[in-house]
Amino acid sequence: MNHPALSPDMTTTPTSTAASSNSPALSISDVSKHFADVLAVDGVSLDVADAELLALVGPSGCGKSTLLRMIAGLIPIESGRIELGGIVADDGRRSLPPEQRHVGLVFQEHALFPHLSVEKNIGFGVRTTNAERAGRVAEMLELVGLGSHGNRYPHELSGGERQRVALARALAPDPALLLLDEPFASLDPNLRAQVRSEVVDVLRSTGTAAVFVTHDQAEALAVGDRIAVMRDGRTLQVDGPDAIFHRPADRFVAAFMGEADFMTVAALRTSIAGTPEATDHLRGVDDDEIVMLRPDDIGFAVDPTGHARVSQAEFRGSTWCYTLELADGSTVRSMRSHVDACPLGTTVTPTLVAHHHPVVIPTR
Amino acid sequence: MTTTLQPDSPSRSDEAAHAERSRFAGGGRGGWTSVAVGAAVVVAVPVLMLASSILTPSGEVWSQQWRTRLPGELRDTAILLVGVAVGTTFLGAGLAWLVSAYRFPGSRQFGWMLILPLAMPSYILGFLTLSSVGRTGPVQDWWRDRFGIDAWFPDVESIGGAIVTFTLVLYPYVYLLARAALRDQASGAYQAARTLGATRSEASRRIVLPLVRPAIAAGVAVVMMETLTDFATVQYFGVDTVSVGVFRIWRGTYDRDAASQIATLVLAFALLAIGLERVARGRARFSQTGAAGAGIEPLRLRGGRAVLATGTCTAMVLAAFAGPVVRLAVWAVQEQRSDRGTPLIDQYPEYLANSLQLVAFTVVVCIGVAIVLANAQRFGRPRITQWATRTTAMGYAVPGPVVAIGVILAVVGLDDLLGRIGLELPGAVRTGSLLILVYAYVVRFLAPGLTAVEAGMGQVSEEVTASARTLGARPLETARRIHLPLSRSSLLAATVLVGVDALKELPIVLLLRPFGFDTLPVWVYNLASESRFQQAALPALSIIAVALLPVALLARRLDRTDP
Repeated sequence: MNHPALSPDMTTTPTSTAASSNSPALSISDVSKHFADVLAVDGVSLDVADAELLALVGPSGCGKSTLLRMIAGLIPIESGRIELGGIVADDGRRSLPPEQRHVGLVFQEHALFPHLSVEKNIGFGVRTTNAERAGRVAEMLELVGLGSHGNRYPHELSGGERQRVALARALAPDPALLLLDEPFASLDPNLRAQVRSEVVDVLRSTGTAAVFVTHDQAEALAVGDRIAVMRDGRTLQVDGPDAIFHRPADRFVAAFMGEADFMTVAALRTSIAGTPEATDHLRGVDDDEIVMLRPDDIGFAVDPTGHARVSQAEFRGSTWCYTLELADGSTVRSMRSHVDACPLGTTVTPTLVAHHHPVVIPTR
Repeated sequence: MTTTLQPDSPSRSDEAAHAERSRFAGGGRGGWTSVAVGAAVVVAVPVLMLASSILTPSGEVWSQQWRTRLPGELRDTAILLVGVAVGTTFLGAGLAWLVSAYRFPGSRQFGWMLILPLAMPSYILGFLTLSSVGRTGPVQDWWRDRFGIDAWFPDVESIGGAIVTFTLVLYPYVYLLARAALRDQASGAYQAARTLGATRSEASRRIVLPLVRPAIAAGVAVVMMETLTDFATVQYFGVDTVSVGVFRIWRGTYDRDAASQIATLVLAFALLAIGLERVARGRARFSQTGAAGAGIEPLRLRGGRAVLATGTCTAMVLAAFAGPVVRLAVWAVQEQRSDRGTPLIDQYPEYLANSLQLVAFTVVVCIGVAIVLANAQRFGRPRITQWATRTTAMGYAVPGPVVAIGVILAVVGLDDLLGRIGLELPGAVRTGSLLILVYAYVVRFLAPGLTAVEAGMGQVSEEVTASARTLGARPLETARRIHLPLSRSSLLAATVLVGVDALKELPIVLLLRPFGFDTLPVWVYNLASESRFQQAALPALSIIAVALLPVALLARRLDRTDP
């Protein structure tokens, strides 16, 4: 790959000579930013390895889009340091302008240039001879499966096609890092999963490292090699999808990344019939520790002598989600197959499903 | 611009330092920001210099003025402003209510025809009013024939005549803002009030009127600024305002100190008008509520009321636009048929060329600065560039005489500075030159151009700009390849708005023109001042024809949004 901004004369600075081929595609250390009095990003540190897909997830206003714009160079940082492939892009004093960072950017609304054809859009960032550019554009059109659409204009495309043009345009200059800001939020839900897997396939095939902002936890879990969960400008946990889901760092991450109920270990021991192995798993844990239970961790048996009662039932198509009211008035949700209908008010005994372990949530 | 980098290591080679510098300078945030601030300073300096002249009052000027004309000027200015404000409020808001709340024969067409007087400069309608209903006009001739030679007729050549003329020309500002408010803001609240049990008249009185009040106040503020700017029309009617005072002192004696002292009074009246708007608006800050368009259900008028409504609107359009245009057309034809018509027409190309030259310079500078400012908001530091842009747009709210004298002060100050290092500005900067004229026009007309260009940039999302930047385009390239092509139609609109304003302008050119530099408006004014109305008809008609261009565009947009 040839990145003009990273040409030899740039790499003579001390920071750059330390950079070698194994420096991460992106390295953020202790980055902060205020907007007026609001601390939008608060001491965030992150690394993204070559060819890695990092999902940045959090509720709206958590600072994830601000962080993305700072990586792109659209907003200067206040303190900390951003390095791209080992080159300092921003250290709080000086900020490399976006056009010299060689970072691709894909927006939710795609932001195609409406006055340029698909070919011209894709070729915009390719700074070579006309012949080379035409070759590159054809290659990108092929890559995203729009070979015959080169002469069309953005308004003549469907939402999914626009998304693919935006991706092709961002990838055409061969960036070392691609940033995607809620790229599928504007697509309708039926199309979303399909376009998403296409985009991931393209990123995998080109080996491009990417940071991907979303507020949808399912999307983050499905796409990210690793996931960074953000809240109030801070990263709460950066981990693989499995760890994020099964070993959340705190109660917020647990609740945000999937449905979860919480109870004390004491309550669990008295009101839910545990399997022996789960009980083993909790041996030695204090009674007042908090555990997280996902709806699929909990089953129940209809039992006229049970201490719980079905208080709500929600049919979700492939499953039923029941809310069980326990003897102490607290509730826990339980997921069952769509064929297991159970009337409201049924008296039941909740049980832990085999091989599902209740997770002790660390308190801060 | 980051040219002073703290070196990370003292051992860095010079080439590396140079490479580093050029890399970081490429962003140009600082460059765009300083250009925007520079534009704001250039626009603000004339007004600030004029305002600061109040700090060094000349006792001699004030006592001399106070003994002679000043008391009368102050009185006339106050009466004129109050009269025009009251007149335009009733006429503008009343007509807006009439066409919004009622249906009558022609109501839809009157919706847009009522803004046609916007194309009628006051200095043209002024002499037409005098020549038609003045002492020697056909109306009074007929009146004396009918009721005898001593029959009473109101004195047209008076402050009353001036108030009527300004009211007819300026009411569309109030009308337009009131109509927009009726459509966009009041309609949802009106419907809510009706469903809560209010009758039509109760909902109108208790809900609609308070909601529309800020819009009326804003319209009246514009009207007062326009009235204050004028010192040509009022002279037809023998009215002496403070603006006339500035004109008389400057063109009579070229006494900068005296002219600027009196001009601060004009500025004071302008500030008073803005203050009154704030008071009238009160604490109301209304934003759009409810869907636009679906609004007050119009009531169909029948019989005598319908005739009255149609008659009122017809009379307005006839008095303020159609009648004057027909009269001018008849005069123009008579003039060409008469013997003396031919020599006068020979001067037409020269005056037209002067006007076009002035318009061309003004448009090029205004649109150029507007493009730079609109782009600086994308590429520079957001808060500073926005502040700079708002300052730059302020010139439109400053009356012409203030701008004119302020520009003289600024350019003379610059000339003195340059003189110290042995340079000289071209032209007679101390009394007026094309350079000064264009400077004043730019200060005054930058705002409409800027508004239009900014509206065009608003169509280009921040994301589109960001996409171009991350694809490797520098700010200038982004502006050239993305922003300009996408805002082409807005640039055209800006050109039309600024060009037409500049073509119509009379007060500033009367104050600042170089000796012998006559534009079409100056020609019209000179002929009208000598009561050579018939000869003034042709240039007057051509000014109206050009001024109709933006008005027609606006009228078409109004007609389309009408239900």
